[in-house]
Amino acid sequence: MKVLEQQPTTGGHSKPKHSSIKSGGLWGNLRYDLRFNPCLCFLCLPAIIWFCVFAYSPLIYLLAAFKKYSPAKGLWGSEWVQLENFKAFFGSDAFFRVTFNTFFLNVLFIASSTITSILIAIALSEIGNRYFKKVTQSIVILPHFISWTVIALLCEALLKTQNGFINNFLVSLGMEKINFYQNADVWPALLVCLRIWQGAGYGSIVYLATIAGLDQSMYEAARVDGATRGQCIRYLTLPLLKTTVVMLTIMSIGKIFNGDFGMIYNLVGSNSMLYRTTDVIDTYTYRMLVESTNIGQSAAVSFYQSLLGFIIVMLTNAATKKLDPDSALF
Amino acid sequence: MAKQISEAALDAKSKIQMTTGDKVLKGIFYAFIALFAVICLVPFILVVSASFTQEQALTTYGYALWPREFSLDAYRLVVAGSDIPQAYLITIFTTVFGTFLSMLVTCMVAYALSLQSFRSRSALALFIYFTMLFNGGLVASYLLITKTLHLENSIWVLILPSICNAWNIILMRNFFNGIPASLSESAKLDGANDIVILFQIILPISLPGIATVGLFYALSYWNEWYRCLLYIDSSHSNLYTLQYLIQRILRQVNYAASQPLDQAGLAGTLPTYAYRMATIVVSTGPIVLLYPFLQKYFVQGLTVGAVKG
Repeated sequence: MKVLEQQPTTGGHSKPKHSSIKSGGLWGNLRYDLRFNPCLCFLCLPAIIWFCVFAYSPLIYLLAAFKKYSPAKGLWGSEWVQLENFKAFFGSDAFFRVTFNTFFLNVLFIASSTITSILIAIALSEIGNRYFKKVTQSIVILPHFISWTVIALLCEALLKTQNGFINNFLVSLGMEKINFYQNADVWPALLVCLRIWQGAGYGSIVYLATIAGLDQSMYEAARVDGATRGQCIRYLTLPLLKTTVVMLTIMSIGKIFNGDFGMIYNLVGSNSMLYRTTDVIDTYTYRMLVESTNIGQSAAVSFYQSLLGFIIVMLTNAATKKLDPDSALF
Repeated sequence: MAKQISEAALDAKSKIQMTTGDKVLKGIFYAFIALFAVICLVPFILVVSASFTQEQALTTYGYALWPREFSLDAYRLVVAGSDIPQAYLITIFTTVFGTFLSMLVTCMVAYALSLQSFRSRSALALFIYFTMLFNGGLVASYLLITKTLHLENSIWVLILPSICNAWNIILMRNFFNGIPASLSESAKLDGANDIVILFQIILPISLPGIATVGLFYALSYWNEWYRCLLYIDSSHSNLYTLQYLIQRILRQVNYAASQPLDQAGLAGTLPTYAYRMATIVVSTGPIVLLYPFLQKYFVQGLTVGAVKG
């Protein structure tokens, strides 16, 4: 994933012919491009403007985290409160709850989705019947394209206490009903199941592509030496998938403090009985912003999350660079 | 000698033949995939079936794979109401126009990023990539859009903030990297400038890449509800997207579900089950129907993005 340093793989474009301006340095390069590649500079312009407006200029508003923000006075008119907003957040019991839930749920999601995706990919690659393979692969990817709003609406029909699909089933087995919407303890498991349903098939695409790209002669050699299919999977496929797994896991670890707002907000909504196990940083920030309109403090929480995410990305990248330079992101 | 070799080959072949263990394993894999596929598919069938069922049958018997009492009432309600057709127009407009703008900006910058002769490309790539590592988060962009740009309650808030996506730009650049440099070089020798080269030579031969990245953008515009939730208030309900309509139904339903007892009064105001399911079918149908034709592009996009990138 050398995103920044990647060179074109098949044939580079024209070598710079003008050496009158020395290359090197940000400004040197920029001057060179403005003079000799004006058209390319023009092509970049809309994107640069967009990123300045929608990605970089909001950073100024992070100052609201250090202010007692009032919409009437605006950002610059509001009074400074230094770290008051942060102190209020770190002092509340919400701090530990949302940080832990975000982290814990994401760890569960990453682990369960990775394992299921690999399982699906291996199973699909071992299946001989092409038609069966094609149809089933299409079906298992499909849920990924359904938004969480739709999934949540479906879930309500499955999970509700009266006449819900699952509770009717439990009753018919002679078991107790589960009040899903009032029982916070079942939700981590429930969310994991939904995440697997929604994302595992889609996640298997990359693994399947990796398996398809493996050298088949290794398998033939192993078979000739008497290895069973199971041994081939255990000693060939799984070790060869390691790089892909490491790479994708690093990418997910970078987002480990980003709660899935779409998922949690749609499934849980404003049901405060479930907050204990499902409230994540993103939903908490949203409630602060919209429901309690405490903009200063919600900005502080948002800032805390961005910073935490950035530190985690840097740390995982540094660690990967040390262990396995090829898998590092940049 | 030849006989020996052919014997060895035969021997090898017999060894590759499947043992009982292999067959069992294969059977398990078939069963696993079949089971997972069924689990993925059943909810879709339940929804479609429920949307065609009479409400009475739905509340008495629950969901079934085949409508117990066939009825088109739910769809009549959907068509008769003004909100779903209006949301359809809004969603189609934002998807088509938004995807067009996104692709225009993305292709332009991605092409420049793919050229070695463009010396600022690493600095620009860092400029774009950094936004994936660190961003202002929800509150900062909320304040920007409502306090500085004043985009709330306009259709532009559903398009402008989603025009670019750093990941999609990188993906598009990876596609352009696969195009031989000689193509644009020879055009340049003939006196074409980079803008002409991009639009007349590069884009027409990059259709698979454009399809992939365009689909990623289109899907995100089609499934948009978050910005509706944040930036469009109820007095501008003519700007609601399809997914946001579902979200609103969901909020009413969730609110009722979290109440200690199913109150008769509350249940009366909720949309009927058949209506909810019909709304899902109408809003998700286009994706599911188009999906078999588009699947290969999604697969291609993921593979290029993650394996090659």
